[in-house]
Amino acid sequence: MKILVPVKRVVDYNVKVRVKSDGSGIETAGVKMSMNPFDEIAVEEAVRLKEKGVATEIVAVSMGVTQCSETIRTALAMGADRGILVESDVELQPLAVAKLLKVIADKEQPKLIILGKQAIDDDMSATGQMLAAFLGWPQGTFASKVLIEGDKITVTREVDGGLETVELSLPAIVTTDLRLNEPRYASLPNIMKARKKPIENLKPADLGVDPAPRLTVLKVNEPPKRQAGKKVASVAELVDKLRNEAKVI
Amino acid sequence: MEFALTEAQEQIRQEILRQCARFGDEYWLAKEREAVFPHEFYQAMVETGWLGIAMPEEYGGAGLGITEAAVMMQAVAESGAGMSGASAIHMNIFGLNPVVVFGADEQKRRMLPPLLKGRDKACFAVTEPNVGLNTTQLKTRAERRGDRYVVNGQKIWTSTAQVANKVLLLTRTTPLDEVNKKTAGLTLFYTDLDRSRVEVRLIEKMGRHAVDSNMLFIDNLEIPVEDRIGEEGQGFRAILHGMNPERILIAAEAVGIGRVALARASQYAKDRVVFGRPIGQNQAIQHPLAACWANLEAANLMMLKAAQLYDTGRECGAEANAAKYLAAEAGFRACERAVMTHGGMGYAQEYHVERFLRESLIPRIAPISPELILSFIAERVLGLPKSY
Repeated sequence: MKILVPVKRVVDYNVKVRVKSDGSGIETAGVKMSMNPFDEIAVEEAVRLKEKGVATEIVAVSMGVTQCSETIRTALAMGADRGILVESDVELQPLAVAKLLKVIADKEQPKLIILGKQAIDDDMSATGQMLAAFLGWPQGTFASKVLIEGDKITVTREVDGGLETVELSLPAIVTTDLRLNEPRYASLPNIMKARKKPIENLKPADLGVDPAPRLTVLKVNEPPKRQAGKKVASVAELVDKLRNEAKVI
Repeated sequence: MEFALTEAQEQIRQEILRQCARFGDEYWLAKEREAVFPHEFYQAMVETGWLGIAMPEEYGGAGLGITEAAVMMQAVAESGAGMSGASAIHMNIFGLNPVVVFGADEQKRRMLPPLLKGRDKACFAVTEPNVGLNTTQLKTRAERRGDRYVVNGQKIWTSTAQVANKVLLLTRTTPLDEVNKKTAGLTLFYTDLDRSRVEVRLIEKMGRHAVDSNMLFIDNLEIPVEDRIGEEGQGFRAILHGMNPERILIAAEAVGIGRVALARASQYAKDRVVFGRPIGQNQAIQHPLAACWANLEAANLMMLKAAQLYDTGRECGAEANAAKYLAAEAGFRACERAVMTHGGMGYAQEYHVERFLRESLIPRIAPISPELILSFIAERVLGLPKSY
């Protein structure tokens, strides 16, 4: 079984993001970039499925600037077998990414596509769902547990009320939640091996997709500064403030 | 001429920083206070195969160069692990180079894989209490008796001997008055650290308490002939071979500790507000920090140059020594400046820079003093008369 894992290059989660002075977006020049943490979880899950003998091949796909190849290398070092880079200088929004992935999926014919549930830069949480719609495949989103038996995949989903378990037929889409697994650290021998694994280079035009953005960002603002808290002298005062000032109880 | 790390080298740096992020300031501070070896960190490096970075592939290593090893060790120090982290694994990275270069194939197969897998921990016993840097004068004697050598003597500044089970040991097999060259008659061994014959006594020291340094008292230690590295009497050459790489690694580590101290100082200077403005807005604070950056980066370039010369098989003695000198001084200055930038808080353990300052003395002093490096450069590069 072949698994496709899309991985996105985002600002590293440790970096304190800064808004560009003209409010047009986030400062990324000279900022440390890494693989989206939810995508790391997706790669890890695919590698574990391969180690269990369920999967036979893992293909990591990234899209965007040339440096996205580094993100693919990270996935290859974790255990993916080969990579596909769709190079584009145009900002790629979830709709364009889902369209491009659809064409790649048609070509590669994977049985399973595992994506992060969202990217930590724009928090869209849209690509997996859009891709499922384009492909006409079932989707198990926000997965905290994945079990494959024959042609069925059981996905435990983290929903507001608790855990929901759904059974899907393969081929299917899974998007990963935080608690699905803990991604491994790449070992040096695997980093070395990853350098020899192939990465195919494509352009959106090669896949017949127009990647032009459909959404326009009007303005990006810093969140307002947090106000200092208040100290209360007693439980009674706290209850009073919650009831009459904050009006939450 | 290319002044950037390759993509592969950058990946090594990023991956090490990522892995080391698991072992944060509190981890290293706790190890320092308890004076306990950082076994968890060591094990993490073993499990992900990093100890073999510069060891040959056929014995389980990655077969990369000293440049990559330097990039790795610099990232370890720079992560905040400082010399505690670097020294915990330093010996594994290149210490057994004499075995790689002078060992027989049987020895390499027997000695290298267990070290890279973390089953063996090795320590390095070369210098002696009354010898210092005058290595040819060392007094530890090894006498051949049949298929064994019997060793007696003392060693000093043997790091990690409290936790090691193997020792790389330099001895004199032919007395100094019986050889025609001072550097002849020395023999190198890599053997079990037999604690019934070797007393390991901890040296109480200024910093890096997590990684022990020791005196060894060797009393009739028996070493089988098959643990001798290279020919009898050729030990000096074997040790000499590893000296330039070691200077390069130490230089990389010194730049690393300087960088982390400088990063902490810059952050503090941005955050700390006195007289209604961040202290970092004052040039008296900014300029010394900027100078530290310039010195660290210049030293780093010299280190990378030395590493590249070594990896391409060219002479690098002057550059390796200059790199170690420049990096150690720049690292120390950056740590000192970091403490001063923090003011009173710099003296408090919870800001970590005092720990870096104490550790930054190590690359200044070891494995060779700045004075002797300058003497070496004066003599070998400038052609001045030998002064010692």
